[in-house]
Amino acid sequence: MQAQTYDYKVVRQFAIMTVIWGIVGMLVGVIVAAQLAFPDFVLWDGISWLSYGRLRPLHTNAVIFAFGGSALFATSYYVVQRTCQTRLFGGPLAAFTFWGWTAVILLAAITLPLGITTSKEYAELEWPIDLLIAVVWVSYAIVFFGTIAKRKVKHIYVANWFYGAFILTIAVLHIVNSAFIPVTLTKSYSLYPGAMDAMIQWWYGHNAVGFFLTAGFLGMMYYFIPKQAGRPVYSYRLSVVHFWALISTYMWAGPHHLHYTALPDWTQTLGMVFSLILLAPSWGGMINGIMTLSGAWHKLRTDPILKFLIVSLSFYGMSTFEGPMMSIKTVNALSHYTDWTVGHVHSGALGWVAMVSIGSLYFLIPRLFGRESMYSTKWVELHFWISTIGVVLYIAAMWIAGVMQGLMWRAVNADGTLTYSFIESVERTYPFYYVRLLGGVLFLLGMFLMMYNVWKTVSDAKPVDDAVPATA
Amino acid sequence: MFEISVNDLRSWHTVVMLVAFLGIIFWAYSRKRHKSFDEAANLPFADNDLDVQSVKELKANQGSNKENPQ
Repeated sequence: MQAQTYDYKVVRQFAIMTVIWGIVGMLVGVIVAAQLAFPDFVLWDGISWLSYGRLRPLHTNAVIFAFGGSALFATSYYVVQRTCQTRLFGGPLAAFTFWGWTAVILLAAITLPLGITTSKEYAELEWPIDLLIAVVWVSYAIVFFGTIAKRKVKHIYVANWFYGAFILTIAVLHIVNSAFIPVTLTKSYSLYPGAMDAMIQWWYGHNAVGFFLTAGFLGMMYYFIPKQAGRPVYSYRLSVVHFWALISTYMWAGPHHLHYTALPDWTQTLGMVFSLILLAPSWGGMINGIMTLSGAWHKLRTDPILKFLIVSLSFYGMSTFEGPMMSIKTVNALSHYTDWTVGHVHSGALGWVAMVSIGSLYFLIPRLFGRESMYSTKWVELHFWISTIGVVLYIAAMWIAGVMQGLMWRAVNADGTLTYSFIESVERTYPFYYVRLLGGVLFLLGMFLMMYNVWKTVSDAKPVDDAVPATA
Repeated sequence: MFEISVNDLRSWHTVVMLVAFLGIIFWAYSRKRHKSFDEAANLPFADNDLDVQSVKELKANQGSNKENPQ
């Protein structure tokens, strides 16, 4: 009888699509960055499908849900099998999550440029697509938790706790925030009125950051950093406290997106206080990840995959310091609606989310195709430096632009009139938009290099499904 | 006098949450958990890295050996 193997097919599919969707999503990002830098460039002048307002949600959906989502599907399916030492639960259900998720992404790519949108940020997709997402997500939960239920080992490894919290919370957030009253096939209205709708939207929105873009990727960190460093996580105890503190605090931070709005004042203050508290579990987790290298720091010198993973944690630490700071109401009065927010998001999205995913994929892809390592480790090293320089250019430009905009908008003359018109602040921002575009182009170039490296690694390799260890 | 208002419940909620948090810390850092946490922390390496081994077998002739964690 043949030994049972892990189900790697769906992992391979999601892993390869992560690279492809990464390129698509970041390419759209480069296009919208170019639109801001060169607004009347002939390529997009007067074409509604290519207008900034329609492409921007396409960019965010593609990088968060297509690129980030595929990375999470791929790594969670891999990690849960290997740390539970059993095949995925649910048979064809895992394949359904792949094709269902792909259908969601394609529908998004069609409807968003057509201008079909709910206008809720990061939840723009209209109700029929939302229904499909809900079905796919529940299937994902069944596969994941079913696998945990039939595990062959006693413990549930901490990475699975983080993946599990991410899957469960996104299901709740998505279903509650997508409560719409459909009017036609492509138009619906939110069930919630006014300020309550705004609060639910940002409860969803911030927890999309906290659970989709953080908890899931922390699951990645807790598996792939120990694996690549060849040593267990620095403190397992800390990881347990990290988990419970992080998930119970994130839930309440959403109102900081609605400072100085119609939202009740006490709610804004609550959101701010919880955002400040969030610094503690965030940094606890970051330290736990980085200290895993304790005693093996020399590996950072030679191993570009570890560089990706560890530098991603540095960006995570930076942006989880910056976030609580920006949630302070007086700081937010300066930063909100400026490009500082955009810089903050990309320090998290490019520096943390993308780089930890890229590092994990460079670990994963050779193993899924029976290779010892990527085709070229030198190219991985080059990719690391290109993307690091790209992120730094991007966020530095947006910091300066954002603070400048905030200062210009609040400047008043002695008689109380505004010193600057809005368009003056836009004119002053152009140089920073050029630098941002350059940073984004560099990051995208790195992804193309990765795609070529992946192609050379897998094109003449045979897919390999490892055997599940035989246990008594 | 014994009426419980919603604000009382909110206050109690804060207390319960604080106690739960401290409970988690004491639980996680108690000496009893040490052994099982060690086991759990080593789970990524518990499957003997079959993937690297099978790759090694494939490459046995080329004599290339990468460091194998544990």
